[in-house]
Order: sequence, then C-alpha cells, then structure tokens
Amino acid sequence: MKHFPTLLSHELRMLLVSPATYVAATLFLGFMGLIFTKILELYSGSAQELSPANAFFEFFWLPACVMVPLLTMKCLAEERRLGTIETLLTTPVTTTEVVLAKFGAAYFLYTALWASTGGFFYFLNKFSGDARFLDSGPLVGGYLFIAVSGLFFIAIGVFSSSLTRNQSVAGIISCVLLATLILGSRALSDSVWLEQGVLQPARAMVDYAYVFGHRDDFTRGVIDTRHVLFYVSGTVLTLIFSILSVEAKLLHA
Amino acid sequence: MSEPPPPAIEVSRLVKTYGGVTAVSDISFTVARGEIVGFLGPNGAGKSTTMRILTGYLPATSGIVKICGVPVATRPDEIKRRIGYMPENNPLPEDMRVSEYMYFRGRLKEVSRRKLGPRIDEVLELCDLKRVRHKIIGQLSKGYRQRVGIAEAILAEPPVIIMDEPTIGLDPHQILIVRDLIASLRGRMTVIISSHILPEIEMTCDRVLIINQGRVVAQGTPADLRREIFGHSTYELELAGAADSLNGTLTAIDPSLQVASSGEPGPDGFRKVSLTTTRPDELGESLLSALLARGLRVRALSRVNPTLEDVFLAATRRSWDAVATPAVQVSGDRKQATPPAT
Repeated sequence: MKHFPTLLSHELRMLLVSPATYVAATLFLGFMGLIFTKILELYSGSAQELSPANAFFEFFWLPACVMVPLLTMKCLAEERRLGTIETLLTTPVTTTEVVLAKFGAAYFLYTALWASTGGFFYFLNKFSGDARFLDSGPLVGGYLFIAVSGLFFIAIGVFSSSLTRNQSVAGIISCVLLATLILGSRALSDSVWLEQGVLQPARAMVDYAYVFGHRDDFTRGVIDTRHVLFYVSGTVLTLIFSILSVEAKLLHA
Repeated sequence: MSEPPPPAIEVSRLVKTYGGVTAVSDISFTVARGEIVGFLGPNGAGKSTTMRILTGYLPATSGIVKICGVPVATRPDEIKRRIGYMPENNPLPEDMRVSEYMYFRGRLKEVSRRKLGPRIDEVLELCDLKRVRHKIIGQLSKGYRQRVGIAEAILAEPPVIIMDEPTIGLDPHQILIVRDLIASLRGRMTVIISSHILPEIEMTCDRVLIINQGRVVAQGTPADLRREIFGHSTYELELAGAADSLNGTLTAIDPSLQVASSGEPGPDGFRKVSLTTTRPDELGESLLSALLARGLRVRALSRVNPTLEDVFLAATRRSWDAVATPAVQVSGDRKQATPPAT
C-alpha cells in the first residue's frame, strides 16, 4: 500500500478540480435544502412525533441512489475507456491500491457532501433559538448511519464502474443495484408472502439487509454491531469483487 | 570471474492466445543492454500484445520473458520498476497539467521528491515541453501529447524503455526531435520501439525485428535483413550498343551476374537493363569498365538498395506464403530459429 497516499491525493485532487463535482454538489445541496425546507414547513404547521433530524434522514435513499452513481460511475470505467489504466498498472502500483484510492476519494466526497448538510441544522438552531429542534441523538445517529452505509453504497458504485468502460452503463448498473438493495429490501420486508414457514431464511435475510430498519436503529441511537458488520463486510466483499473484475478484464483484454 | 550481466530483454518461446485465437506464436528474441531495437509488423501481427507482455500488463499463455534477468511472470512488481512504457495511442489524462502529470507519475514510479523536480525539468527540456508545462494535457496538440508520453516513459530513467508507435501523428520536425531523443538514449537505456514509419526505424534502430501473424519472420540489422531477405544485389543500367555480347561480358565479371530484365531501346538507342547478382560486394566499377571495353555506351549505372519497406514487405509476404503452403520451408531465416509455419 506504498502508493495509496499518492493515488488517493491524486484522485481527490482530480475530483476537486472537476466542474462536474461542483455541479453535483450544488444539485445535492439544493435538493436536500428543499427537502429540509419542506420538513420545516410541516413542523411549523403541526406538532410531529419525530425530530426534524429523524425526518430528514428518512430521505437518505434518494442521494444514495442518485449521487453515488454520479460520484463513482467515472472512476474505473473512464480509466478503461481512455486506456490510462494501462499506463497506471505498468507502474509499480497494484490493482488493489488503484481500486482503494478510487473508493477512498469517492467516499470522502460523499461524506463531505452529507457533512455540509449539517449547516441546515446549524441555521435551524441559530434562528429558531429552540434547542428541541436540534435533537443531538438522531442527528449524530443519522450522520453515523450515512457514514457507515456510505461505505457499502460507494463500494457498489465502484464495483459497477469496474464492470464496463461506458460511464453511463456503469451509472445505470450502480443505480439499479443500490435501488435493489435499499428499496427492494423495503418492498420485500412489507411482503406478506415471505411470512410462510419455508421462506423464513429468506425473511431473515431480508430483515438483515433492511436498510431503512438500520437507519431507524441508528437514528434512535442504537448502534447494532450486526448492522455495522453488514455494511463493513458488504464493503470488503464488493471491493474484492471490484479488484477481481479489473484484473479479470486485464486477463481477457 | 564475474558472470556477464544478462541481456536487457530475453523472450523465449512466448505464446499468447485470446479465446482460442493465437496472437503471439512461439516468439523468441533477445535485446542487448543499451541497444535500440525496432519492432515492425503489419496491423494485428502481435506487436502490441508482445509489448504488453514485456511490461507485465498482460500475462503470457506460455513462454519465458525476462527483463534484465528478472522473470516477468513471477516478479511483475520488480519489472515495473525497470521499464518505462508508452502504450499504443498514448493514453493520457485529459484534465491534468503536464507538470502535474509528470509529478504524479514520478511519485508512482518511486522517484524521490528531492530528485523529482530537477528530473521533471530535465525531461521537459529534453522533450521540448517546457513551454507547455502548465498547460492542460487535453488542450495539447497531438505532437505535444506524444512527447508527453515519451517524457513520462523516460522520467524514472528505467533501464528498459518500451514504446508502441511513439512517432505516430507527428510532423517531420517533431519526428526529428523524437528520433534525436531516442538516439540520445543509445548505450544508456535499452529501447524497443514499434513503428510503421520504416525509414524512422532504419535511422534510429540498431536492429530490427519483423513480426507477422504472431511470429518473428526476420531479425537483424537493416543491412543483414536486405541480404537475408533478398539474397542478391540489383544494378540498373542505361546503355546503348550491340547487346548480343552482354551476357558473355556479365559472366566474365561474375558467374552469378545476369540480366533480370531489359527494356525496349528508346529513340536515342538507350535502354534500361536490370542486372542481378548474388555477390554482396560492389561490382559497379568492374561492370562499367567491362561494358565500356566491349564498346557499349553507358549513361547511367546504379546499385539498387532495397529500402526497409521492401524488406518488410518481402519478409511479411514470405511468412504469408509459408502459411499458405505449409510444405514449403521458410528459407533464408538464418538468424532466428522460427519453427516451420503450420
């Protein structure tokens, strides 16, 4: 991992000098700001059971399904399309270092974008002058959930980018995989037919991978190591598949 | 007694197949340290595949490849520290500045921070890139981009440089710069370059390898190849006079000297005659004196030197013929023990 810092700093630099990053960041903040405004309007209209932070993190799936593909679709697909992966892998760097650097840079940007939404809560607290709006438990739990789940989501994006040399195709694959994981698990958890006895293992699996359930736990302040393990092991496995995918493409180039 | 250092590149019975298609078939060659070798072949001959295997980027199906005595298959990391590689089409990141790219590549190639700055200045100077060092690569012309690729390949001063068509798309002035640049590496670094610009290869390279259909069909210096492929020298004459005694005169000079073709006399009585001989040495002077002594009038005499292009075409055609007629043994390929084509 000797070259990882060089590769990571290069990737971060490339992300930070790219206009596409700022366009994506503006869209993200604009959209999340809109959601936050709507939540505040709702709260000003009538009393709600949950804190604004809790309601805000309900919408985590939208940036996950849209922003993650936008941030990751280019990373390996573009290197393969331009052929720069060949010049990169003929220097003393390993495929693992390259994949981890791409992952690290995209994850940094993803968490940085989410961290910037912390400003919404700062302004809410500053102008409302009511500490009840700033319930620190759901806020910290929510951001922790974003940080932990982001590992897996970004890894899925990197994996999708390793499958093809076409950025758009990588983006679509990533979006579909993330939607299947996040929204699919929600749809299945509501399914009555999964309650049948023979399907109990499948039911247990769906419950284990139920991302919305994880979010609920995190925002309630319950840090379940099983959830953390789910995301960390998913991340590791997906990154291993990404490395194998890049190497398999070289073998059959 | 210490053993002599191993050759810079050793390739032995290299085979590469892709999904049942043989891209490289049983290639063997060596390149000495400090030598500049040209790699020629038609499109799809297996040049780029061979070069990629040399860099450790692609694994070989079978065979042995060693760079400075280090096997590529088992120690690819060490190989990558010993080579500078410029791939086909010279892929470069579009949104980096030249100096940033050089710095990034230098760090990846493990050049220390202290040495990297002066070294970047040196290679940018060498490749005439100082004027564009702060420009974004995506905005550079083809010629500058090619030179960025070459500068990057030599940046870490590796013992072996592999360049896949480095002069493609360059104008004559830029080709001259690149040729001088490659020539300046002679003796210090081993260079293997592929190119379709045959005069370039002839002027720059010490030795040439011609590859076709995944096989080495000829190798040696351009002069050796001319002898090997054509096996004869050709003289062209413009003469007038009684041509009946010409054959006798030619046999007297050298038994193998004979008329290959003879044109029709023009209004002034002169006609063009082409002579061939297996004699490698120069016969021009004795030929001229003998013809004049016989009363023939000669107004032009020249020895025709086949260009490398002729050698390349003849060598590749010969290998295609060998594939088409497997029973015919490839002749004249004395230097390379190429297996009979099947």
